[in-house]
Amino acid sequence: MSISSLKSLRSVVVPMSAGWSLFLVGGLAHADYALNFQKPVTEIGREVYDLHMLVVWIITVIFVGVFGVMFYSLFKHRKSRGHKAATFHESTTVEVIWTVIPFIILLVMAIPSTATLIKMDNVSGSDMTVKITGYQWKWKYDYMDHDISFISTLSTPQDQIKNKAEKSENYLLEVDNELVLPVGKKIRFLVTAADVIHAWWVPQLALKKDAIPGFINEIWTKIDEPGTYRGQCAELCGKDHGFMPIVVRAVNEKDFTTWVKEQKAIKLAAVAAADKTWSKDELMQKGKKVYAQCAACHGATGKGVPGVFPPMEGSKIVAGPVAEHLNIVMNGKPNTAMAAYAAQLNDIDIAAVVTYERNAFGNDTGDVVQPADVKVLR
Amino acid sequence: MSTDHHEDRPQGLTRWLFTTNHKDIGTLYLWFSFTMAVVGGIMSLVIRSELWEPGLQIVEPGFFNQMTTLHGLIMVFGFVMPAFVGLANWQLPMMIGAPDMALPRMNNWSFWLLPPAATLLVLSLFAPGGAPGVGWTLYAPLSTRAGMGMDFVILSIHMLGISSILGSINIIATILNMRAPGMILMKMPMFVWSWLITAFLLLAAIPVLAGAVTMLLTDRHFGTSFFDAAGGGDPVLFQHIFWFFGHPEVYILVLPAFGVFSQIIPTFARKPLFGYTSMVFATATIAFLSFIVWAHHMYTVGMPMGGELFFMYATMLIAVPTGVKVFNWVSTMWQGSMTFETPMLWAIGGVFTFTMGGITGLMLSVTPADFQYHDTYFVVAHFHYTIIGGSVLAIFAAVYYWLPKWTGHMFSEPLGKTHFWLTLIGFNLTFFPQHFLGLAGMPRRIPDYALQFTGFNEVSTVGSFITIVAQLIFFYLVFKCIRGGKKATDQVWEDAEGLEWAVPSPAPYHTFATPPQVK
Repeated sequence: MSISSLKSLRSVVVPMSAGWSLFLVGGLAHADYALNFQKPVTEIGREVYDLHMLVVWIITVIFVGVFGVMFYSLFKHRKSRGHKAATFHESTTVEVIWTVIPFIILLVMAIPSTATLIKMDNVSGSDMTVKITGYQWKWKYDYMDHDISFISTLSTPQDQIKNKAEKSENYLLEVDNELVLPVGKKIRFLVTAADVIHAWWVPQLALKKDAIPGFINEIWTKIDEPGTYRGQCAELCGKDHGFMPIVVRAVNEKDFTTWVKEQKAIKLAAVAAADKTWSKDELMQKGKKVYAQCAACHGATGKGVPGVFPPMEGSKIVAGPVAEHLNIVMNGKPNTAMAAYAAQLNDIDIAAVVTYERNAFGNDTGDVVQPADVKVLR
Repeated sequence: MSTDHHEDRPQGLTRWLFTTNHKDIGTLYLWFSFTMAVVGGIMSLVIRSELWEPGLQIVEPGFFNQMTTLHGLIMVFGFVMPAFVGLANWQLPMMIGAPDMALPRMNNWSFWLLPPAATLLVLSLFAPGGAPGVGWTLYAPLSTRAGMGMDFVILSIHMLGISSILGSINIIATILNMRAPGMILMKMPMFVWSWLITAFLLLAAIPVLAGAVTMLLTDRHFGTSFFDAAGGGDPVLFQHIFWFFGHPEVYILVLPAFGVFSQIIPTFARKPLFGYTSMVFATATIAFLSFIVWAHHMYTVGMPMGGELFFMYATMLIAVPTGVKVFNWVSTMWQGSMTFETPMLWAIGGVFTFTMGGITGLMLSVTPADFQYHDTYFVVAHFHYTIIGGSVLAIFAAVYYWLPKWTGHMFSEPLGKTHFWLTLIGFNLTFFPQHFLGLAGMPRRIPDYALQFTGFNEVSTVGSFITIVAQLIFFYLVFKCIRGGKKATDQVWEDAEGLEWAVPSPAPYHTFATPPQVK
């Protein structure tokens, strides 16, 4: 290594190590160049953070030790300095020492890790349960004790994603319906999926669990302070994997009770609306909104994606009998990405979206489907 | 018996199509892997360009996923594995004093399976719906629902797998049967040892992958439900089978790299390898452990706690033999008389960056913390530090080390050194910031990201372009070295030891027609 190459080595090593030292002392992440975990807001989260930092310190010491020796050697034991090579090439004592010491270091790591893992695993004694279901590409939340359920989807406008509008502060980390949870309560989550594997991840709660179709995983949390905590799907689940965020809004108990009441009122209003007869215009208007969910695959203009997702425009199913159309929307198509929407959408939504599809994109069947038509099929 | 008539060989295309010569086949493997590295490298630039800033700029999310999938498959199966097989073909016979590989015709076949397999892989892009955007891990049920491109990939993986199995049988047969008299197992060079162990790993792991993709194929087309809970199957089963292959696979990628470091460092430290015996046993221990740690890739699937604890402890244990190897390399340098020719720079750089990947691996072994690292850019940074930092840097080290023996010419040291420094700087710029991105909460395999991740993503993209452009220097250097240059001596490097340095430079078409005697 020539002197100039040593200099260029230094030019890399210096900023890198500066970054790392900042990481060691700087603690938790903030601002544009976030270096470390987001601030945990649960007891488990803080334990995980401490565990993480313990291991970071251990590896930093090992790194500095091993490469301190190596770089010392690289500078001192070089031929250009006239250093003569020694001939030793074996030492059982040394080998035993550097086998035993790592074992001891591993024990130091393993003991607290085991303790934390046991705590994480204990889902008993929960105050309430929320079932989380992953869909391509949205989350459904069922409050098992409150009879509330809703779907939560990305609310960032397409214009921002396509760079036609300025991006908002919480770009890609904002949803239409937030998961509202009370602080100070032990909340159990049942995590599952309806189509492919997703993973529900909120960094500040230190929670990440795979959502697997046909299986239910259990996790829990107890949030300390009110606030909004954002996360994302962490398991590749297809095209819009990057566009299914999670937003948890933690509120105090009183606000939670109020929120529950509001949700019940909204639900009652929806039931009443499902019983009336809707006009075609109303259904078309509503249907256009609901279709946003279908647009992910079938396209905003109903053209689909050739070879992957069929178009709405001129579709045989859309032009065929209404019963067929309702069947595929409600029950899905096995072994394809077409999900069963009966569980995700209410009667009004299904009636509206089917009406919309049959009368938009140049499909001019004139058919009107009423919520009551959907209700009888359930 | 004269071997002169063997020097007559077909020229032009037929020479390469019908060759059974280990040196020709080695050359084919190496050029093939270079070509695939270019293809995979271009895909990585597509990925990095899209991630230059938030928003969707140049590709659609579906195509982005196809790029990450093919980039992974091509780099693992098309670049790194064939590169090491190429090095094995060239070097193993010369290092053990054998005239050729044990099974030369099979050798020809195992190479010529690769180009059609790679073509299928790339052609999947043109299947209806494009290549599968399911990640190189091919997780079901996403992969059971993917378009026809998935079937291209399944068939391609089968062909690549057959090639690997044939190649590893050949390597085992060669090493066990064709060593020169006097070369007992414990006198074999470390590169030979590491390939012997790697070949056994391949034999054990590749059929498991073949099983996994066959089950995918029957789930897709023949009505089975191995991975579909609705039919009584289990999506997680796919992950268990895949990673039972996948974890040994990462050691398949890196053990030959350890062998390369163990050849090069003693040469340029002018001192014998420290702890040869412990190196052999550490390699074997790593190989054994690689079969009992697979589920650390899937801590978040919801295993019973006993399982998570077992896989955590077993994974931590890998640090011990891996640590022994790093300590031994440093001890080999210690009190040596070092010079820093290009191969030595790559080897030192490789030990350094691989170790960085190794210690983040230690972080990832801790189950409760891994829940947070899992499927983030932290993992992306970690495995690129091990695979590029370990395997790819070792491949370049090995090529620079043996290139004068192959071509008979010395290469340009200034160009080799420039290539090294630009690659090292570019690589670290690309992947070091990704540790921070992952810790701060950026998931992997996303085409667009939240605003707070912009800064480090820009640094990463700049680094990736530096890295890829630097490889043009390598291409030019190799081209020049083949055409001419300073005549290489037989020994090439001042203190190189081993049988390969006893033959002339360039190595004649046939070497060791009469076996040498090893003392």
